[in-house]
Order: sequence, then structure tokens, then C-alpha cells
Amino acid sequence: MKVGLFIPCYINQLYPQVGIATIELLEKLNVEVVYPSQQTCCGQPMANSGYEYESVGAYNNFVNNFKDFDYIVTPSGSCAYHVKKHYDIIPQTEEVVAVRKNVYELCDFILNVLKRKDLGAAFPYKVGVHKSCHGLRGLRLGSCSEVVEEKYSYIEELLNEVKGTEIMPLKRADECCGFGGTFAVTEEAVSVKMGKDKIKDHLESGVEVITATDTSCLMHLEGLVNRNNQPLKVLHIAEILNSNISSKN
Amino acid sequence: MSHPNLASIFNKDEKRVDWHDKALWFVRHKRDRSVHNVKGWESLRELGHGIKAHTLSNIDNYLIQFEVNALNNGVQVHWAANAEEHNQIVHKILKKNNAKKVVKSKSMLTEECHLNPYLEADGIEVIDTDLGERIVQLAKEPPSHVVLPAIHKDRHQVDELFQEHLGTEPCDGDPQYLTAEARKHLREKFIQADVAITGVNFAVAETGGFVVCTNEGNADMGAHLAPVHIACMGVEKIIPKQEHLGVFLRLLARSATGQPITTYSSHFKKPRKGAKMHIVIVDNGRSEQLSRPDFRASLHCIRCGACMNTCPIYRRSGGHSYDYTIPGPIGSILSPGKDLKKYSTLPFASTLCGSCSDVCPVKIDIHSQLYKWRQIITKNTPQPFIKKKSMKVMGQIFAKPSQFEKIGKVARWSLRNLPKSFINSKPNAWGKARDLPKGPKQSFDDWHKQREDNKLKNK
Repeated sequence: MKVGLFIPCYINQLYPQVGIATIELLEKLNVEVVYPSQQTCCGQPMANSGYEYESVGAYNNFVNNFKDFDYIVTPSGSCAYHVKKHYDIIPQTEEVVAVRKNVYELCDFILNVLKRKDLGAAFPYKVGVHKSCHGLRGLRLGSCSEVVEEKYSYIEELLNEVKGTEIMPLKRADECCGFGGTFAVTEEAVSVKMGKDKIKDHLESGVEVITATDTSCLMHLEGLVNRNNQPLKVLHIAEILNSNISSKN
Repeated sequence: MSHPNLASIFNKDEKRVDWHDKALWFVRHKRDRSVHNVKGWESLRELGHGIKAHTLSNIDNYLIQFEVNALNNGVQVHWAANAEEHNQIVHKILKKNNAKKVVKSKSMLTEECHLNPYLEADGIEVIDTDLGERIVQLAKEPPSHVVLPAIHKDRHQVDELFQEHLGTEPCDGDPQYLTAEARKHLREKFIQADVAITGVNFAVAETGGFVVCTNEGNADMGAHLAPVHIACMGVEKIIPKQEHLGVFLRLLARSATGQPITTYSSHFKKPRKGAKMHIVIVDNGRSEQLSRPDFRASLHCIRCGACMNTCPIYRRSGGHSYDYTIPGPIGSILSPGKDLKKYSTLPFASTLCGSCSDVCPVKIDIHSQLYKWRQIITKNTPQPFIKKKSMKVMGQIFAKPSQFEKIGKVARWSLRNLPKSFINSKPNAWGKARDLPKGPKQSFDDWHKQREDNKLKNK
């Protein structure tokens, strides 16, 4: 099984620890991971801003880097979703079709391809799960409250097996955090208000650490938490699943 | 004004935002509880979607069939290509009947056509009889929601409005007193009315009948008392068969408010003895929207308002921030088809979270259409130079790995070394209320390269 690792541009530059946790975790699970060094970005920032045509170069670069893998794994539901949903504006060669089919968000890959659940992690904290929208409603990594369906959640299935972790219930379990790419800047007021409300929900539930399948949402929430000196930490799910902390200091 | 501007004004009063958000979330939650009790809810949505898609593909035939049947029932049928024609037709009917006083039950179409000011200019009194609509009419405001037109007002504001316009006593916003007074006031208007205007929720091609859904019974009160009933409908309100009501009536009220069915689902078919009934069928840009393959499904909309209630942006920016008759996510995909430039910020008033599409009873792919409008807007309307240029530069950087690495290094260094006060200063909207991440010394690329080098060294 040839697995290519895609590290989103902002994780690469701003949150390398998330990439490191992802690669270490996959290696722990005996996956031989290759990191193609010429990768950049999935192209989403331009496309969601209405400049899809400016992202074609990024799309082609992505496909060139990942065309030879059986699976492409990424610690981002949003990027995986973008490749699957929006790479329809470039010619649908066999390679493009295969890349779109084979790209997986990390939890989805671990649970449904590797068929692993207990990863031997220990993380003795109260965790609030932020269900990032593109993963939830785009990739269907879990059930959402609007839809009448069986309840499930890939990220929670994995977290449930982590020793010491307590998943805290939220009042609005799957409301958007307000990041939304350039939305965070163009609609600053609403974006900030959404983030503040989200954090309040976590704080009121006694959450110590907010986690998600997407660091972009977490960057937005962390920005607010840090500015307002709130007693919360944010960690990508890969960082928790790669933890082995037996007790709180 | 653009959506971001209006939304940031709305957000100046955080308590009001919280209250608005909670009121609508409550409705969304009621909707959830209600639909989770319906076995086969998702199939029902699928069916609703299918019937609408089929109907739109054959809309010419169904409308003609409807007209024939309505005429046979003794109803007069009129066709209006646009808002102006619609207003003229209604006006003409009023003139012919010497009507000076009109009662109107809720109709988003007549709002869209700006019928009230058109008639008022000729000295005709038009009274909106839905309580929420009456409230916004007294306040001289447009509705801020398709089902809950006055949801942006609290009971104390209503108290003040009623004191000013209806001469009520101050009551500290007592809802029971206020509704009782509204009822008294509206009863008078119903009795005096020369003509009743209603909207149409569903027009049935095979019978020529139509259905109007209300919770207050005001459509019936108007239509049953006045000697003339004018029903105004957009072309997309047509459904082929009576039995299809079994799908749509079940979807509509549950999605709108969580009720199993609206309190009144009134079926109209023919004028009662001595009375007259008119139907005005309006296009006003709908056939143009139908011609856009990516956006035609927006015409499936049955105006339940569920996408507004679920939208985290709508709840925190208010209906008026959209500055369009139909606010919220559905309005943001309908309005650009009317005026691309004027409504160019609406498709961007979304995080593309997708909740609107999941909640929609007729499965309109709202968030996908928002994304598609964005692509059209940037190509066809003037965009800020800086946005256009930065997108082009980003596109080029991401197309070339070597450049990406260089730029990343500079960005990380800046975040690490420039003072916070500089980084978070004015041009950076991110930094107004949020910190930027600290720039790490090493990117993932750097770390990975180092690790690979070490591996080679240790071999």
C-alpha cells in the first residue's frame, strides 16, 4: 500500500507539529508514508474566494505530486473535501479521477481503510470535539444534527479509545466555528462572534482541550482564546492520537 | 450597503445578536425534534426534490393546465412578466371594483414586487394582516425573515409601535395584551376590506385550485369576507397533482417551525356565489433563473425559512443585512440572478458550512450554488484590486513549490519577529479580535528534510 502524505500549506508553515504528529502516528500504525516534497496547497483559498481559475496551477501541482499513490492521507477534512468536490474544473484524466477518489482525511483513513480503532494513545484531559463542517457535511465523517440518520462520528470513535480522555457534551454539537477561509477577514464581525460563541459552549461544558480534524478552524479559535486569555488549549486530533500522557501534572 | 457592513453594524449590540441567534436556534431545534420523529423524512425530502425538478422541467405545460382548470372553475387568470405588470394588474382589478381598502395575508411575492407602495401611491389602503407583517408594516420596514417577518423586534419594541400607531396602553411588552389589541385592530380592517390579496403556497395543475398556509387564519378571514380575492403566485409555486400536497404540506411546516402542519392549510378552488376570484401568475426573473443550469434548483424553494434558522451567519447578522426580499442562504442564491452587482457580497456571506443544504426540505444544494455564484461574481463585477491581485499571486505561489518555500520562510519570520502591535494593526482584519499564530522556526518541510537527511547519515 503506497500512502502519500499531504500536509496543508498553513499546517506546513504555521503548525508543523500537526504534520509531525500525523506522520509519526501513521508510522506507528505500520504505514509506510511518503511525503512528496514538491507539494504546496490544495487550491482552496483562491477557489472559495471566487478565484477558482487562479487555483488551476495548484490543482495540477497536487495531482502531479500524488498521482502515484494508492491513498493520499491528510490531516484536514477541508482539503480532502476540496480535492474531491472541486477538482472538476481541470480535465478529468485517469490520474485526476484517481487522486480525487483516493484522498482521505486522517481519521477516516485510520478507521475505514486501516480498520484500526485503539491506537494505544493516552491523553487524560476533558476534550471538546469541534466537528469541522467540510469534514462533517462534505465528507460525512459523522452524522449531523439536521439529517435524520444513525448517529456516528469517526473522530469520536477514535477518541473514545484514548486512555483518560473524557469527551465533553456541547449544546450545539455541530455548529460552524466561523472560520470559513477568507470569510474570517471579509466578514470579520460575524466570524469573530461565531468563534466566541463556539468557545463559550466549550468553556461552559468544562472542556480543557478543543480538538478537530481541521487546524484551520482551530487557528481561528486559538486566535480568540489567546487574545482573550481563556483557559483552553487547541490540538489537532492527530496530536491527541499520537499522545502518550499517562497522568496530568 | 454590503453585507459585511450591515452585519458589523448589527454586531455592535452583542446582546441583541445573542437574543436573535437564540430565538432562531430555538426554532431550528424545534424543527430537528419534529423531523426526527418522521419515519422516512429523508425520503420525503428526496421526493419533494424530485417532484419540484420534474415540475420545473415541464413548467410550461403545468401552468397552462392550471390556467385551463382555474378558468373552468370560474377564476380569472392573469399573467405578469415582471413586477411592474403584476402591480398594474392588481391595481386594475382594484379600480374595476372601486376598491379603496385592501387586506393582504403574507405574500413574499408582493413584497418582491413592492406592491404596497405602488397601491398606496393611488390612495389605496393596504393592510398586512399577518401579525408579524403588520408589525414591520407599522415600523415601515421590510420583513427580516420569510416565516417570522418581525423576528428582529422584541416585544418591547412592539409595545412602543402599537402605542404609537394603534393607541394601546403601555404594557411592558405583555404579549397577550398586544396580540389581543392587534386582533381587535385587524378585525376592523377585515370587515371593511373591499378586496383580499393572498399569496399562494401551492397551485395544483390538475385541479386549478391552490393552497395558502397560515398559522393565524388571516388569509381565510380576508378571502371569506371580501367580495374579491386576488391570489398572487410566482410561476414556481405550481405542482402537478393534488396528492403532491401530501409531500409538501408535511415538509413545509415541520421545516419552518417544527409544527406537524400549519394551523390553516386553506384550499381555494372557485369563487363563492356573488364573489370574484383572480389569480396573478408572475415570472419576474424566474424563467431566467430556470435557464441557468447551476442555479435552477433554487426555484424548488417552498419558503419554509429553515435555511435562515440554521444559518449561523443569518442568525448573527439579521435578515436586513441581506438587503433583499428573501434573506439568508436561499436569498443569497436567488438575488445574484436579479442583480449581480448589487448582491455581489451575499454569496460570500457564508462559511460554506453546508447546513442550509442539509436542512432544506426540497434538497436545494444551496452551499454549492453559493460557491458557484462566487466564481461568476469575481469574473463579472468589479473586485477590489488588492483581492484580485493577491489571489493571482497566491495562485502562482501555490503552483510553484520553490516559491512557496521562500514565501513561507518570510511569513514565519515576520510572525515570529515583528511586534504584535504591527502584525495586528489595521489592514489585518484578522488581528482586530484574534491573535495570529506564532511563526515556528521550522516548517514541516524543514523538519521532514532534516529527518530524511539524518536517516541517510545514519545508514
